[in-house]
Amino acid sequence: MQKINFMKLTIPAKSVNEGFSRAATAAFAALADPTVEELSDVKTAVSEAVTNCIVHAYGETDGLIYIDAALYEGGTLKIRIKDRGCGIPDVAKAREALYTTAGDERSGLGFTVMESFSDKLSVRSAVGRGTAVTITKFLKGKAAK
Amino acid sequence: MDITNENGILTVYLTGEIDHHSARAMRERADTELVKRRPKTLILDFSGVSFMDSSGVGLVMGRYKTAAALGCGVQVRGLRPRDRRIMELSGLKKLVAFQ
Ligand SMILES: Nc1ncnc2c1ncn2[C@@H]1O[C@H](COP(=O)(O)OP(=O)(O)OP(=O)(O)O)[C@@H](O)[C@H]1O
Ligand SMILES: [Mg+2]
Repeated sequence: MQKINFMKLTIPAKSVNEGFSRAATAAFAALADPTVEELSDVKTAVSEAVTNCIVHAYGETDGLIYIDAALYEGGTLKIRIKDRGCGIPDVAKAREALYTTAGDERSGLGFTVMESFSDKLSVRSAVGRGTAVTITKFLKGKAAK
Repeated sequence: MDITNENGILTVYLTGEIDHHSARAMRERADTELVKRRPKTLILDFSGVSFMDSSGVGLVMGRYKTAAALGCGVQVRGLRPRDRRIMELSGLKKLVAFQ
């Protein structure tokens, strides 16, 4: 699979960057001429992953979020969102729908949403070291319509 | 975000993008009005929403809890199909009326 373009973005874990990071990633994905629906899917999945870094990985502490996106020939988009936060003790459990360690305002649906709006989701995590979430989306694009 | 209160119905018109960042102000406004007005029904109107992630679900769940404690029912309307899909992952349909 030939990589045809990539971008890297490092941002502090501040909630104001949730909107910025999904808009920036969508602007990168737009270079592959995706449909409006595909772009919305990318935005939603990125928003979930970045929010998790801010809410769970770093909590009240400062930290950085590393976003790496690459476009491959044929329209495959891979986005890796990484933090150096607290890590997840049991990834399989965390990925279950409605599982949350946060309070009343979180639904425990972030991973479920990432899965349903992407084609593949991989999660790697180590307690005390951080988490990396890789979202793969096959952009069929307007040409396929 | 506009809010109307008529005949015991408090309607909250949500606008723009709902994420963890923006949900905070929406939640505080809605809860303040709920406690102050004590309506019979709370309507959350999503027709002005251009984006939401699971924070939108959390926003509805949280308002359901505040409202239920005050004996107030909750209705949700104006969801775009993709946002409805996200809401329905939550099982909220058992607690909240979706229109
Ligand atoms: N980057 C991360 N670092 C540490 N813990 C995480 C991270 N991402 C997720 N988690 C853990 O996995 C759980 C499930 O995450 P998920 O996004 O599915 O739900 P949530 O964030 O709790 O709620 P929602 O996304 O619906 O607001 C979280 O409650 C948290 O315990
Ligand atoms: Mg989440």
